[in-house]
Amino acid sequence: MKKVARHYGAPLLMILPSLLLIGIFVYGLLGVNFWTSMTDNHSAAQASGREPVAFVGLTNYIDLLLTEDFRHSLANLVLFTATFLVGAMAMGFLWAWLLERPLRGGRFFQTIYLFPMAVSFVASGVVWRWLLNSNQGESASGLNRLFQMIGLDVLQNPWWNNITFGIVAIALPAIWQLSGYVMALFLAGFRGVPDELREAARMDGASEWQVYRMVIFPQLTPVLMSAIVIIAHMSLKSFDLIMSISSAAAYQTKVPAVDMFLFKSGFDYANSAAVGAFLLIIIAFLIVPYLVQQHRSRTR
Amino acid sequence: MSISVTDPAPASAPAERPHPRGGVPWAHLLRLLAIVFGVVIVLIPVYVLLITSFKGPGDASSARAWALPKDWTFENWVVAWEALAPSIWRSMQIVVPSTLISAMLGCMNGFVLSRWRFPGADLVFTLILFGMFLPYQAVMIPLMQMLLAVGVPNGVASLILLHVVFGIPITTLIFRNYFESVPHELIESSKMDGAGMLGTFWHIALPLAIPGFVVVLIWQFTNAWNDFLFAVFFSSPANGPVTLALNNLANGALLANYGVSMAGAVLASLPTLLVYILLSKYFLAGLMQGSVKG
Repeated sequence: MKKVARHYGAPLLMILPSLLLIGIFVYGLLGVNFWTSMTDNHSAAQASGREPVAFVGLTNYIDLLLTEDFRHSLANLVLFTATFLVGAMAMGFLWAWLLERPLRGGRFFQTIYLFPMAVSFVASGVVWRWLLNSNQGESASGLNRLFQMIGLDVLQNPWWNNITFGIVAIALPAIWQLSGYVMALFLAGFRGVPDELREAARMDGASEWQVYRMVIFPQLTPVLMSAIVIIAHMSLKSFDLIMSISSAAAYQTKVPAVDMFLFKSGFDYANSAAVGAFLLIIIAFLIVPYLVQQHRSRTR
Repeated sequence: MSISVTDPAPASAPAERPHPRGGVPWAHLLRLLAIVFGVVIVLIPVYVLLITSFKGPGDASSARAWALPKDWTFENWVVAWEALAPSIWRSMQIVVPSTLISAMLGCMNGFVLSRWRFPGADLVFTLILFGMFLPYQAVMIPLMQMLLAVGVPNGVASLILLHVVFGIPITTLIFRNYFESVPHELIESSKMDGAGMLGTFWHIALPLAIPGFVVVLIWQFTNAWNDFLFAVFFSSPANGPVTLALNNLANGALLANYGVSMAGAVLASLPTLLVYILLSKYFLAGLMQGSVKG
């Protein structure tokens, strides 16, 4: 026993604080949250413990799915994530491809492309709310005014104030902010392709386009997978941007993360917890296969 | 970055620089144009931010929305600074200690998990990693109840604790990858049993880990500084960080005055922008290590 303690004591002591914190704050609280989501804790009196709560099973989950309001949030989440993903992947990939070969000032351009990443969503939201101003014609400002100035009046639109597609407008700043990050990921991918591979393909008479198409792009698949997982999970959690550009109360830009906040503000802890659980389940579909695959590649 | 062992034709490489083999001048020009177009897109919001922040109230008509200010004024900056200064100070109080503590915890975890192959080490690591992707909404309600029950006051104290705890996964990941990349002989020269491990960590691993610390500190500083979600749930504009104060300023009574909120947005972003500009090399390294591979 003493020998075991001497052997494992120190390392155990070093990771124990973190294991306890993660165990409690992540896994413990997840458990409590699932419990809360299956109770009838819908009022301030219950939230503060003055009135008892009862177990109601999956009622809250079913009720949420049956309300048009929450289904609208889910639809918004899908639209937002699809736009954000496609936009950030396309933009980031294009930029990486443009900067992949040596270029005078290449580092400078990389720095510019990446800088929005260092800014908070709240700060960039201030500018984007101005840019995405829904006024048109005489009183237009922001991008609508810019469209007038360059003769593209037809492009004027109400941006995030469109009931069905407003959320797509909010994805624009998200793309603006994270394309540089995706670029950085792809650049690392491009640099991971050995020069010999390219040379060998060229020796075989492949054109520059064929070298990319046949040799380099296929090698980028793992990077693409990582980028998709990272951007998609950020997108599913999106809250800051929506709160700073639109507002929590705005129906047109609502997503589950906003619902969770609204329920909490109304002391409806059960529904708030249930929305949080929905988010966890959605993200788990994305993350668990990714983590399992990474875990396997480590242990192999 | 790999160094190729069999460099085929070193002499011809420099000549290829301007437009690589197969490239033609107009293709090079097209590429440059596309790059510059991207730069313009990225910088449009910056232009808007700066010009609006220097415009006076009389200069805010929508017809002149994209024009330079008629009379440049610093008034917005003064108002924004007065509104945000206390919260910027609170952000510092939150971000500095939480960054240091979670970096230290991450360093210990990363070291142990990369050097001590106990059964289930990889599973433990994966379970910690999951915390990185956790949607915090799924723990928020019980988290509020727990901190209330334990008596951690809202504001600076709560936020330090939360940034430390939820920073552990990413700092552990970065340090574990870092220690994996350090040649094992460097560390394993000393005895690896029991107390030896603590000594090895303190005298050998910690000094070796300084580059890892730079990456982790930048990453955690940026994350914690830019946090809004925890701030909304665990503080108020009166005792919270600058993101909350800025959002309050932009949505508050001064709503009509975009100049002030834009100046405020710059002020609130300055610390992370400075870190990014001065240390962009490490910033990039942090992004890489924080994402790809385990």
